Amino acid sequence: MINADAHAILDRRSKLFLIILAVITAWVVFANAVIPESSQFHVSNGSVVLYGKYLTYALLALSIDLIWGYCGILSLGHGAFFALGGYAMGMYLMRQIGTRGVYGHPVLPDFMVFLNWRELPWAWVGFDWFIYAAIMVFLVPGLLAFVFGWFAFRSRVTGVYLSIITQAMTYALLLAFFRNDMGFGGNNGLTDFKDILGFSVQASGTRLTLFTLSALALAACFVLCRIMVASTYGKILVAIRDAESRTRFLGYRVEHHKLLVFTVSAMMAGLAGALYVPQVGIINPSEFSPANSIEAVIWVAVGGRGTLIGAVVGALSVNAMKTAFTTGVLAPYWLFVLGAIFILVTLALPKGIMGLVDRLMAAWKARTRPVAPPQPETGA
Amino acid sequence: MTRAVRWVAAVLFALGMMGLPVEVAANTGHEAAVARFATDAFPDTIAGIEAVVDAASPLAEPVLQALIDRRLTFDPTTRRVYFRDAAGALFDAASGASVQDAPARLDTVRINNRIRNILQGALGTLTLISPDPAQRMRAAEAVLRGRDPEALPALASAITRETDPRIRTVMEQARAAIQLRLPDTSEAERQAAVAALAARGDQRTLALLRQIRAETQPGALAINLDAAIQRMEARLAVLARVQDLWAGISLGSVLLLAAIGLAITFGVMGVINMAHGEMVMLGAYTTFVVQELIRTHAPHLFDWSLPIAIPLAFLVTALVGIAIERGIIRYLYGRPLETLLATFGVSLVLQQAVRTAFGPTNREVGSPSYMSGAFDFFGLSITYGRLWIVVFAIAIFAGLLITLKATSLGLQMRAVTQNRRMASAMGIRTGFVDAMTFALGSGIAGLAGVALSQIDNVSPNLGQGYIIDSFIVVVFGGVGNLWGTLVGALTLGIANKLLEPVAGAVLGKIIILIAIILFIQKRPRGLFALKGRAIEQ
Repeated sequence: MINADAHAILDRRSKLFLIILAVITAWVVFANAVIPESSQFHVSNGSVVLYGKYLTYALLALSIDLIWGYCGILSLGHGAFFALGGYAMGMYLMRQIGTRGVYGHPVLPDFMVFLNWRELPWAWVGFDWFIYAAIMVFLVPGLLAFVFGWFAFRSRVTGVYLSIITQAMTYALLLAFFRNDMGFGGNNGLTDFKDILGFSVQASGTRLTLFTLSALALAACFVLCRIMVASTYGKILVAIRDAESRTRFLGYRVEHHKLLVFTVSAMMAGLAGALYVPQVGIINPSEFSPANSIEAVIWVAVGGRGTLIGAVVGALSVNAMKTAFTTGVLAPYWLFVLGAIFILVTLALPKGIMGLVDRLMAAWKARTRPVAPPQPETGA
Repeated sequence: MTRAVRWVAAVLFALGMMGLPVEVAANTGHEAAVARFATDAFPDTIAGIEAVVDAASPLAEPVLQALIDRRLTFDPTTRRVYFRDAAGALFDAASGASVQDAPARLDTVRINNRIRNILQGALGTLTLISPDPAQRMRAAEAVLRGRDPEALPALASAITRETDPRIRTVMEQARAAIQLRLPDTSEAERQAAVAALAARGDQRTLALLRQIRAETQPGALAINLDAAIQRMEARLAVLARVQDLWAGISLGSVLLLAAIGLAITFGVMGVINMAHGEMVMLGAYTTFVVQELIRTHAPHLFDWSLPIAIPLAFLVTALVGIAIERGIIRYLYGRPLETLLATFGVSLVLQQAVRTAFGPTNREVGSPSYMSGAFDFFGLSITYGRLWIVVFAIAIFAGLLITLKATSLGLQMRAVTQNRRMASAMGIRTGFVDAMTFALGSGIAGLAGVALSQIDNVSPNLGQGYIIDSFIVVVFGGVGNLWGTLVGALTLGIANKLLEPVAGAVLGKIIILIAIILFIQKRPRGLFALKGRAIEQ
């Protein structure tokens, strides 16, 4: 079903995007590792972590755009998959602490010792191994999305109703992870990580690697999304988005298509969470809060839904703005700005930044075309 | 002359309070008894205390309290006895009349430890025969709790003169509890005492019976006790369920209040208003502002702060609602998901605006007198605040139902909901109706805010706590159906509270959320789904 030739997958714009991503990544790595700290071009370790965080957010936005932009599934609970992936990675990192915790217990993480637990809960078994944790990063969000989607899409829960129950899902998980009895650290979550695969999470080399991995994951997922949306499968998705009943009448199993794309998207979100946690050094239940999921949806809306590149652009620009605002004297006004962005984008830029780019390019072409003699287009 | 007038006044007073001729005669006894304090000799003081208790005048309690607090004084020349109240005002101890010009010399009536003990016992007894029924009730309950054998004679005499059957029952139960403790009580008396106590049935008596059971040797009494304890446990278990049910109804009405405005904006108009919670928050802050103004400018109107805040909150939030609808939402009709994002932006702006204006901390909204306190309803403890909120929710629901079904605006709203273009073709100004509908929904959210200011923290985050629950209630009940919202809110409230003792608050909530998610699979359009083609997107 997924059959698209390389040209359709990587159109000019996608290639440009991947090239820019590669250049920026290479520049950050270079500026952090090679350029001396005294130079103004040096990128500090803190900034590397920050950029790495942005990239994981961009990956989350990409996963939302895949289902919202191309299949019309507005999930207001995608933060849950992100957080689940994060917890899977966090659990591995907790197990790596070993006896270096405050209590120095040979098996149990600090918070379990604190709660007087005797042995490791079943859910933690296996997280000593990175491979197992890495599988869980995909499996847990994927399984949840599969089961959730299986029920929801089969019963034809669509539109707003689906949005509300995804929100209920992440809210239920938020409440569940706040419970100490769950065995995931309660409201403090998992933190105080020491090392990953034997490398200290604090070391600048590890951070740079994680940043690069985030960029690679983003690029890989972007290509995967392109493969999905540029193929026949992608056409069906768009058909479902625009006229679900009609697609069903044409003989397509709508629920199966939706389930596949939803599950893939949840796994991507899980991967984003897993890359996020070692970089920021903490995962706690607030990642499940419905507001976080809505904010991620906003990134997509700002960038332009249904464009994939827009999701990345939106996530990066909103978060860059957030950092700029919340670190300065304007911190109290950040929510005003964020709120205003939501309102203005939905009212004035329904296609987001990418839509604006399209319009500007069209205008520019319309203006330049009469002046310049028509030339044979190359490479388009 | 004046003395005679005073005497008549006292008689009338006593008649009014007790309605017993015994008390009339006793009042002269009080004057004679009080006079004994003027000698300031310990034996006389003790005799005086006993006489004062026997006389049982309404003045007995303040006089004895003054004595124990060393506020009882006498004039050594005239031998009249006076007392000061806690505030320091001087009264005649015999008549209770206020004394304006105090005698030149006043000596305090001396007491020692023995007298202090006697006084404490006397004061306990006195409250048992106090003219104030509420005080008698409290005293009887206190004796029941204390089970002090010393109190038995006073209790017995109090029972004989008690007229209120409810207080009398409590006194008899107190006597039973004491009798069970005494060694010389006969077996038959013990059986009767257990029966009397078993008739109560609150948690404390159950503990008392368990305690007595532990002290009892095996035998007929022990079997009786076991049976009584078992009956009481069963009854208390039922009562606890009923209490949970009431808590559920109370929570359900809170959910109804929060959700019913959303049932209008979301259910009727199809607008996903994420700023709905902030409307509730604005309503609560309006209440806060009204109360602050009343506190600083007209403190005597404090009890009126909520009735004043109700229309104002409606007005404020309705105006904000119109502004949102005209400014943003009307450009987004037919694009529900975009509306969701835009209104989420509005909610952030409103939250931050309130945070900037009022600060991020919780604001104190006081409860008027009629909303504080609780009363006992067949063993259920019901707080007035919760009761008023239930009443308020029902009133708003009824008002909204009438607005939708019996007014022309309601008719137009329903017409626009069912078929916008047809309604427009029939000459309905759909834009105006949209604005009014949104204003109505927002205004009702503001009203909910007035009520929630009484039970929740008034902070900029107030609304966020309710928005998800509200959506779930509306979706569960069935979009576009007010009755569905009512049933949905009550079902969720009651289910939540019934699950709470079994599973704990958080787990109960999680179970409810999962149940809702599963329920939506079964009935994707809620409990009461509107049927018809117009509803399909």
